[in-house]
Amino acid sequence: MTLIKKRLAASIAMAAATAVVATTAQAEISDDEVRIGYLADMSGTYRDLAGPGGLTALEMAVADFGGSVNGAPIVVFSADDRNSADVGANTVREWIDQRNVDMVAGLVASSVTIAVTKVLAENNRLGLVSGSAASSVTNEHCTPNHIHWVYDTYPLANGTAKAVVEQGGDTWFLLTADYAFGHALEADVTSVVEANGGEIVGGVRHPFPTSDFSSYILQAQGSGAKIVGLANAGADTVNAITTASQFGITQSGQQLAGLLIFLNDVHALGLEATQNLLLTTGWYWDMDEQSREWAQRYFDEVGRMPTMVQAGIYSSTMHYLKAVEAAGTDEAQAVREQMASEPINDFFARNGRIREDGRMVHDMYLAQVKTPEASTGEWDLYEILSTIPAEEAYRPLSESQCSLVQN
Amino acid sequence: MTMIFGVPMAVFMGQLTLGLVNGAFYALLSLGLAVIFGLLKIVNFAHGAQYMLGAFAALLGFRYLGINYWLALILVPLVIGGLGMLLERFLLRRIAHLDHLYGLLLTFGLALIFEGTLVNLFGVSGARYATPEILQGGLNLGFMFLPTYRAWVLVAALAMCLFTWFMIERTRLGAYLRAGTENSQLMQAFGVNVPLLITLTYGFGVGLAAFAGVLAAPLYPVSPTMGSSLLIVVFAVVVIGGMGSILGAILTGLGMGIIEGLTKVYYPEAANTVIFLVMILVLMLRPAGLFGKEA
Repeated sequence: MTLIKKRLAASIAMAAATAVVATTAQAEISDDEVRIGYLADMSGTYRDLAGPGGLTALEMAVADFGGSVNGAPIVVFSADDRNSADVGANTVREWIDQRNVDMVAGLVASSVTIAVTKVLAENNRLGLVSGSAASSVTNEHCTPNHIHWVYDTYPLANGTAKAVVEQGGDTWFLLTADYAFGHALEADVTSVVEANGGEIVGGVRHPFPTSDFSSYILQAQGSGAKIVGLANAGADTVNAITTASQFGITQSGQQLAGLLIFLNDVHALGLEATQNLLLTTGWYWDMDEQSREWAQRYFDEVGRMPTMVQAGIYSSTMHYLKAVEAAGTDEAQAVREQMASEPINDFFARNGRIREDGRMVHDMYLAQVKTPEASTGEWDLYEILSTIPAEEAYRPLSESQCSLVQN
Repeated sequence: MTMIFGVPMAVFMGQLTLGLVNGAFYALLSLGLAVIFGLLKIVNFAHGAQYMLGAFAALLGFRYLGINYWLALILVPLVIGGLGMLLERFLLRRIAHLDHLYGLLLTFGLALIFEGTLVNLFGVSGARYATPEILQGGLNLGFMFLPTYRAWVLVAALAMCLFTWFMIERTRLGAYLRAGTENSQLMQAFGVNVPLLITLTYGFGVGLAAFAGVLAAPLYPVSPTMGSSLLIVVFAVVVIGGMGSILGAILTGLGMGIIEGLTKVYYPEAANTVIFLVMILVLMLRPAGLFGKEA
């Protein structure tokens, strides 16, 4: 071999080696940082169920993970979406263009989530949705770029409404928030009630938001229905329950069924007004030793017990970081594939797995609000009545309209 | 059963009663706004926040100082009214000679600061304020079950409205006030301390908002955002009644409560908008408002 040939061979080998190095570098972590953006309602109606507390949960997960993945530091930034789809989508676009964000967490109001996940899909970034209720997030609005973690309207209706009808509550009057989420919940509840032999005898669609429910409660009282179902959320639910207790709904033999109630709602209302209310939840801080332990750590940081959404933010972030570590990259599809390949069993999720539509199915719980006498402390609010197994709780894939599902 | 427009008599009467209760609230709040605007020409956008502060003061006073409801009903309006006087003395007075818009912006900014601070401290879920024991339970009116507390709200709010109307329209102090706003230089020449009168009036208007806040505390969850949702409706009521008309604010408040109540039976989807429809109608037909003087 001549000298020239030797040199040529050497440079080809060098080039090949460089190429190999370059490809591994591409499969590694972009910008040598894992960048997480936290987007949620930080100041409005949904602040207390996710908000700043959710950011703390996320930061706890990052700290527990050690602050870096395979040597690449984890960077967290956050923004307030003010429950506006426009603000949310623009913020995320900015995060992608200017900060090269890898994953967006939080995501509360369903309208914001649907807008943001489209942006994420266009730019191949990952979204971990913890706060949204609408089941359409992983149904007609599914993308390969997001995962819905905590709960949705399907198990809410399926858990609470079914249990109530089985207990003899077969005639319903529905108070529905007059917008997309309320209508979806109303439809889900109606089909569950009717499928179980019950009947919807009346209902009111009230404006969103409403502060005075006295008139609607009076109509519910006049309807003679056994169950007054609340197909609304947040402050509307809180106001409706307060008013119902003032008008003696339960004393006159009717029962309330809250379809989307968070721990902070019950805490704000007090047990006097909410006792015996049935509800479906994805998690409760006092479920077992593991959840109590995590909740206590959260409580020490924030001063309030976590909601299921805040716990879900920790759980999903932790699962994400483990997947980035295992995949050796923060590229969205590789991470999502890695996340879906591992079952999820932590303090939050039992029998959890990520389906191809992006729905993380896990055990859900039917709970009842304790009476003031039975409660032993400020945050001792629920009693878990039964577990709804993961595979029964959520909309079956056979009914899915998601384009990622082969039906 | 007797039916009225397809609705059972009992339901109709029930809604009428509830509308009246809500109307009393609107009347009380719009009265405060009307007093402040009528006499000071300040568009007080902080009114909702001051109402919210009243409810919060009652809640915190009970929680930390053990002040009961009845005491709060007297003390809270004085404290929040006092706060209002400080605002007038040190902030609003500086811009009194400028266009109304500046007062509007200043009070709106203050409202955002009050709200934001409390959101940071207490969150948005709100807290419950217990109904005083003597007002718990309800009255059976035959056609409906009326919680005693709501009946009390109606009585208390109307009494306060009448008292205010009497003070301003029928007493010497009220006459000074009205004269002072009409021609303050002349009044000062007569030896009346007009700036003090103005400070007191603003304090009184704010006190009315705080009084409404204490009344509302046992009804609605006490939360930092409780005022902002109500404020816009109350402004519409003032516009319908005629800016600055005391009696107009009271009567319109009651009337709008009833109209809103009936809308909730016949077409609930429009319950939040009906007042604004009335407002548009009134502005088209009588731009100065139902009880306002034509400019």
